[in-house]
Amino acid sequence: MEKEFDRFSGTKRYITSAELRHAVNVAAALERPLLVKGEPGTGKTLLAHAVAEDLGLDLIVWNVKSTSKAADGLYVYDTVQRLQDSRFGDKDVSDIRQYIRLGPLGRALTADGQVVLLIDEIDKADLEFPNDLLHELDEMEFTVVETGDRHRARQRPLVIITSNAEKELPDAFLRRCIFHYIQFPDAELMAEIVRVHHPALDKKLLAQALERFYWLRDLHGLRKRPSTSELVDWIGALIAAGIPPDKVSKEIPFLGALVKKPEDEEVVAREAGRPPRTRNMWRGR
Amino acid sequence: MQAVSRAASDGAGLFLSFFFRLRDRGLKVTPQQWMTVVEGLAKGLHGSSMIGFYSLARAVLVKDESELDDFDLCFAAHFEGAADFVPAIEREVMDWLSQPIPPYPIDPELRRLLDQVDVEALRAELERRLQEQKERHDGGDYWIGTGGTSAFGHGGYHPGGIRVGGQHRLGSAVQVAAERRYREHRRDLVLDTRQLGVALKKLRSLKREGQAEELDIDGTIDRTARQAGELELVFRPPRANNLSLLMAMDVGGSMEPYRHLVDVLFSAAHAARHFKRFEFVYFHNCVYDHVYEDAAFIKAVPLRDLIRRFDRDCRLVLVGDAFMYPGELLDRHGAIQWEDRNEEPGVVYLKKLAAHFRRTAWLNPMRERMWEAPSVCIVQQIFDMFPLTVDGVESLAKDLARG
Repeated sequence: MEKEFDRFSGTKRYITSAELRHAVNVAAALERPLLVKGEPGTGKTLLAHAVAEDLGLDLIVWNVKSTSKAADGLYVYDTVQRLQDSRFGDKDVSDIRQYIRLGPLGRALTADGQVVLLIDEIDKADLEFPNDLLHELDEMEFTVVETGDRHRARQRPLVIITSNAEKELPDAFLRRCIFHYIQFPDAELMAEIVRVHHPALDKKLLAQALERFYWLRDLHGLRKRPSTSELVDWIGALIAAGIPPDKVSKEIPFLGALVKKPEDEEVVAREAGRPPRTRNMWRGR
Repeated sequence: MQAVSRAASDGAGLFLSFFFRLRDRGLKVTPQQWMTVVEGLAKGLHGSSMIGFYSLARAVLVKDESELDDFDLCFAAHFEGAADFVPAIEREVMDWLSQPIPPYPIDPELRRLLDQVDVEALRAELERRLQEQKERHDGGDYWIGTGGTSAFGHGGYHPGGIRVGGQHRLGSAVQVAAERRYREHRRDLVLDTRQLGVALKKLRSLKREGQAEELDIDGTIDRTARQAGELELVFRPPRANNLSLLMAMDVGGSMEPYRHLVDVLFSAAHAARHFKRFEFVYFHNCVYDHVYEDAAFIKAVPLRDLIRRFDRDCRLVLVGDAFMYPGELLDRHGAIQWEDRNEEPGVVYLKKLAAHFRRTAWLNPMRERMWEAPSVCIVQQIFDMFPLTVDGVESLAKDLARG
């Protein structure tokens, strides 16, 4: 059983906290969808890719949009195409199956083996969207109404759902999920993440860059706080330009890689003169 | 494995009071969720450790990051003094550690480390930590260093797969809970633009208007059938928010302490972008003959123009502490700004606004217990007042969204 349980342990390219690994494994063992929330840039979407890679399973991605409907995830019955075809009579339109196109959820439920299904940014869709998925996620089966075909998953897919908290999700849906909130990485975990992307990075430069980065994130009044991907890009720029570590402690070269809004640049310029608040620096955000 | 399932069935009763504590605290955990926790315990997902139980229970019972802090508080309070069963768990961990052949597949590196473990020393270390735990809890939000995790961390937290290297500084479950790392996600505090933006999104009423660009399948089938199969595609406009929002903000004076808060609200409303129309004006303490387009009070807009510019379906939200000398509301020429020279008492202007707009509300950044001030009470007779917190903005949005 233990072997079954500790299936996911992170990958070389994707560093996780022990808590997140535990949540993934709990979700897999209890056969419940894993709902992942967290600040933008904490790697919510990448998690599904990493899980699929680590377990050697196929990944099916469902990018939810504001116009997405739950039923479309199962299948779409292309009535317009069928109507068009019937108009000219050059195709046999009596076979409805050729007009049934499976959606991502439909493909996950009809797959031959186990797959990882990523339902990305579920909160973008209509408020009722998650509730409409309840039955399919519980029972792992669906019926194509038009043909009467019943599909049942041979092996329950591992479902990972991400949300940016743009909308509140319904309680009935939440109750069925295993929930994990990805904390913004603390300096130590962040150092590990950066090292994955820049293995040859100078230790002193990394320390200075991280200090600057967390100082920046702690500034009051920032419209958009820089996230992991911005830090990785910024350090890439520092390396490419050969900036010495002590220069990073005095100023912030390539500020544009970290801060994207003009208002925020003003905030940084205003605060840059003051000494960094060391106490908060090592606290995870 | 038998030991684990026995512990699990005992555990279901043992931990049940924790379930009720969570409910007492207002977390809407359901029996169904609790059964899931029990199922997880029966499957050994907690790895026979407190920290494992903590993260299992948290993953299943908590449904939103705003609940994490309450969960942590409950957990810390509930298990902090739980001397009865800690020794039992300790024994279980010790038994496991003392076994020459662990019943788990373990990578050789971890094996080597475990072989070096002196169980006596470990026991002493555990005792020391349990001691320490109490102090830390009392001490409040003390950040755990890397010092104490070492051997116990590895043995305690689920044995099958944790990497050696102390990547996560997990002391004990109670300590982790007592850290209250999720405090900043609480709902009843105002934190960032995004949360307020989400709350503001509730302020909408969807209507089909504008360009017809969405295929109306039912309509198409209907029309096509009526034409005996001659295909006719019918399009309709997509659903869009039909709501306009006018925000009037009190600036200067007693509002100064709340400036950051109002800034956050302001940028949230700006970022929301889902309104049909969003505009804002400024005033000081109370609205009189004029409001202003800028916070420096240079571009004045006569109140009657404002009323003309916005139809009565537009939602009006006034943001201010409503904290002033009551005369500013009740007296002619009572305005704090000399040049305002109001011919009528301030309440008359406020009532004008309330009469013109069908749905209005007042957002107050001041703490609710201070709303008993006379001027605040007067304003509350005219406008429904909501606190400027995530919860407050959410209920305001729900209230204003109604037709």
